[in-house]
Amino acid sequence: MKIGVFVCHCGSNIEATVDTAAVAAAAREFPGVVFATDTMYTCSEPGQDEIVDAIKEHNLGGVVVASCTPRMHEQTFRRTVERAGLNKYLFEMANIREHVSWIGKDREANTNKSVDLVRMATEKLLRNRALHPKKFTINKRVLIIGGGVAGIQAALDCADGGLEVVMVEKTSTIGGKMAKLDKTFPTVDCSSCILGPRMVDVAQHPNITLYAYSEIEEIKGYVGNFEIKVKKKATYVDWKNCTGCGICMEKCPSKKATDTFNEEIGKTTAINIPFPQAIPKKAKIDPAFCTMLKKGKCGICAKVCPSGCIDYEMKDEFITEKVGAIVTATGFDLFDWTVYGEYGGGRYPDVITSLQYERMLSASGPTGGHIKRPSDGKEPKNVVFIQCVGSRDKSVGRPYCTGFCCMYTAKQAILTKDHLPQSQSYVFYMDIRATGKLYDEFTRRAMEEYDTNYIRGRVSMIYPKGDKLLVRGADTLMGTQVEVDADLVVLAVGAESSAGASELAEKLRISYDSYGFYMEGHPKLKPVETNTAGVYLAGACQGPKDIPSSVGQGSAAAAKVLGLFSKDQLESDPQVSIVDIKRCIGCGKCIQTCPFGAIKEIDFRGMVKADVIETICQGCGICTSTCPQGAVQLQHATDNQILSEVNALCQF
Amino acid sequence: MNTSLNYAYYPGCSSTGTSIEYDMSSRAVCAALDIKLNDVPDWSCCGSTPAHTVDHSLSSALSARNLNQVASIGMDSCITPCPSCLANLKTATHRMEDEAFRNKVNKLLDKPADTRVSTKSVLQILVEDYGIENIRKKVVRPLKGLVVGAYYGCILNRPAELMQFDDSEHPMAMDNIMEALGATVVPFPLKVECCGASFGIPRKDVVMRLSGKLLDTAHAIGAKALVTACPLCQMNLDMRQNQINHANGSHHNIPIFYFTQLLGLALGLTEKEMGMNKLCVSPRTLLDAMANEETIKEKAA
Repeated sequence: MKIGVFVCHCGSNIEATVDTAAVAAAAREFPGVVFATDTMYTCSEPGQDEIVDAIKEHNLGGVVVASCTPRMHEQTFRRTVERAGLNKYLFEMANIREHVSWIGKDREANTNKSVDLVRMATEKLLRNRALHPKKFTINKRVLIIGGGVAGIQAALDCADGGLEVVMVEKTSTIGGKMAKLDKTFPTVDCSSCILGPRMVDVAQHPNITLYAYSEIEEIKGYVGNFEIKVKKKATYVDWKNCTGCGICMEKCPSKKATDTFNEEIGKTTAINIPFPQAIPKKAKIDPAFCTMLKKGKCGICAKVCPSGCIDYEMKDEFITEKVGAIVTATGFDLFDWTVYGEYGGGRYPDVITSLQYERMLSASGPTGGHIKRPSDGKEPKNVVFIQCVGSRDKSVGRPYCTGFCCMYTAKQAILTKDHLPQSQSYVFYMDIRATGKLYDEFTRRAMEEYDTNYIRGRVSMIYPKGDKLLVRGADTLMGTQVEVDADLVVLAVGAESSAGASELAEKLRISYDSYGFYMEGHPKLKPVETNTAGVYLAGACQGPKDIPSSVGQGSAAAAKVLGLFSKDQLESDPQVSIVDIKRCIGCGKCIQTCPFGAIKEIDFRGMVKADVIETICQGCGICTSTCPQGAVQLQHATDNQILSEVNALCQF
Repeated sequence: MNTSLNYAYYPGCSSTGTSIEYDMSSRAVCAALDIKLNDVPDWSCCGSTPAHTVDHSLSSALSARNLNQVASIGMDSCITPCPSCLANLKTATHRMEDEAFRNKVNKLLDKPADTRVSTKSVLQILVEDYGIENIRKKVVRPLKGLVVGAYYGCILNRPAELMQFDDSEHPMAMDNIMEALGATVVPFPLKVECCGASFGIPRKDVVMRLSGKLLDTAHAIGAKALVTACPLCQMNLDMRQNQINHANGSHHNIPIFYFTQLLGLALGLTEKEMGMNKLCVSPRTLLDAMANEETIKEKAA
């Protein structure tokens, strides 16, 4: 094989600490190398053209590019050599940027290391074979996990694009966090008025199947052909016949059930529909509070239900769905602020979260839209908002900025004045981050038109004084201490990854950061892709996001799915394991170790042999190192190829 | 019952003067609970606030010397009633984890610092090593009818990483002990606020304001007494209570106990042993009321 080597300067990224011309000169002496040069930007158009021209001029059979990480440009250069008529697997990359020039300053040592890496790449390339992907048909249905605003947007866009959509939502209604909001910033329009119709669209769209009160149990398969096991949790109500009339709720005697939808402001009944606009508008029983399920006595809901839907014997049900792509839109949860002892650690009833306050502001909320102190039901006069609770605070392990609290706090301050014109709001803030369209204007309005007193500084202590709460903090602009007699304190609690995010990530085989937020394929260029083919992200599961950004991502993820499904067949990655049937002794060790269930036992002329299902194999190589016979070989990373690299490196 | 508790005991300078009743009651309570205290031989002042505001290595050298004295009697666990001493001893140990700093301190010492000795407060070992449930079992004279608030002061639990004891913003150790002794504990919202500390000398007005607020709050929540674990807190609230009343136009008459004094009473020790006569604001009425309650109960029985 005639090999060409291209050593990239990457501007000064590599050239500053690596003598690329010397690397190219050294490469010319390697076996097989007939052409070697250094280029300014190999990935640029002239850089790529140089490769194409060299392949034609020197009749090259393979190409090595020494530049950046293959994560960056392997695909780029594979397409380049393909353009010149070579098989794209007759290409190797040596990473002399991330592994060399960026991490060392010694030019001579760096140059030597780069030569070694290029030698390894050429030796491997000499043993590369042309590989050809296989085509397989795909299932053009999409699964959306999570029914918040991001998931709703993705579902509707996919469904309108003609795809069959399966939506799985953990709680008994879709709508997510947005459904709990009273108004949205910066327009102060009613949240449920914008979201409500979209939720109805989900329910009525002929292409959407909704599983509410359900969770993902298991995910098998691969892009184009996933098999999903959905757990439909027992609701104890037959949803086929439930009309959502609500008579059961009126009559239920167990009225102390946890009201999660209302953020535990108030209580609900053991059988309940979370809110009037719920989709689906169906009742479910909370078994922790149902007297019938706990003690076997009561049964009132069963007596009053006009449709006879109540079924105390109901069990969880499992359903299998087949889809070709998955959009994860599992959203976020609120930081548990009770770790802050200085805010009372949860001991004072009149210190509440911003989302609790939102429920209080909502006309359909537990107080009917009236602001009332939880302790005595009185209207507050002084309301203190504290920002950055569980945001930008390393001491509680949340160094990141949630990003939308500045905005909703300004909104809540405005709404407070609207509800209670005699009230005075105070906002303790660190910095005001209002970087969206019309956002800064909005926070100025809160200050200038609604007379909100913004105090730059942190609160050191909240303690009760009579029936008020004394809030003490610093005013860092004035350099003084401030004390405010507050009637109500609202904590702008930050966002964290939703409960169970990491468990779901394991099932999806996608990666997540140390806070549990899902990792996008590339922080700039692949914002809604993951590193697992066919799995996309939308909304706050990837990181805290406001409504416009979440919706934007929902649409972006839908566009990616529609793009993926624009083909009838996909190409499978040929970098998979293959069993050499002559060497296989049928011991089955590879079957046991394969984490993807990609190897099965077959009968070959009466003998037991292993066989790889190529579409399921992810190319991890575990079977290769397990096989005692060396019979399983991972294509493009065979034992011989790896050993040739080792030999190239350890020749002295 | 754990009878093997055995500590080196570092009383600190205040214990020989202004807080002598804290020392008396701490020793008596430990004896009553079979906790063996070994006096640190030839101990010296920890340097208190003045030393560390002038020079960290000199301040740490004073503490390191005292820790060496602890090691000299073969002990590696030292307790002290005073939070200020505790902070200094712990800070010295923490700072000496840095080799450069340790070398600086060692130059000031006759022999290199022994860094194995750990320090805790008397309160901490009572709660963590002896256990509140075990204290509860030892109560012979419950503090029935006593309505008390627990005031910890600003340094007993802070900084949290250094002190490693209780909740730094909402400590409960003394609240729980008082509850175990049968007292009625009212939650004291300013339990970790500063009393003004040593500002009593250069800026008395600061103490009048800060300690005044503590007394006002105690009164507002209906506490008939406060318990403390710090000589400086106790002094500001007790000895200066008259000055505070004078400065602020208030009329407080709130006895300020060391928690060990009330613990001792509940364990059956005498008022004299607890040094009750050392307090400036007389607890007489309060103690009589408690005794009355007991007699009434006995008669009823």
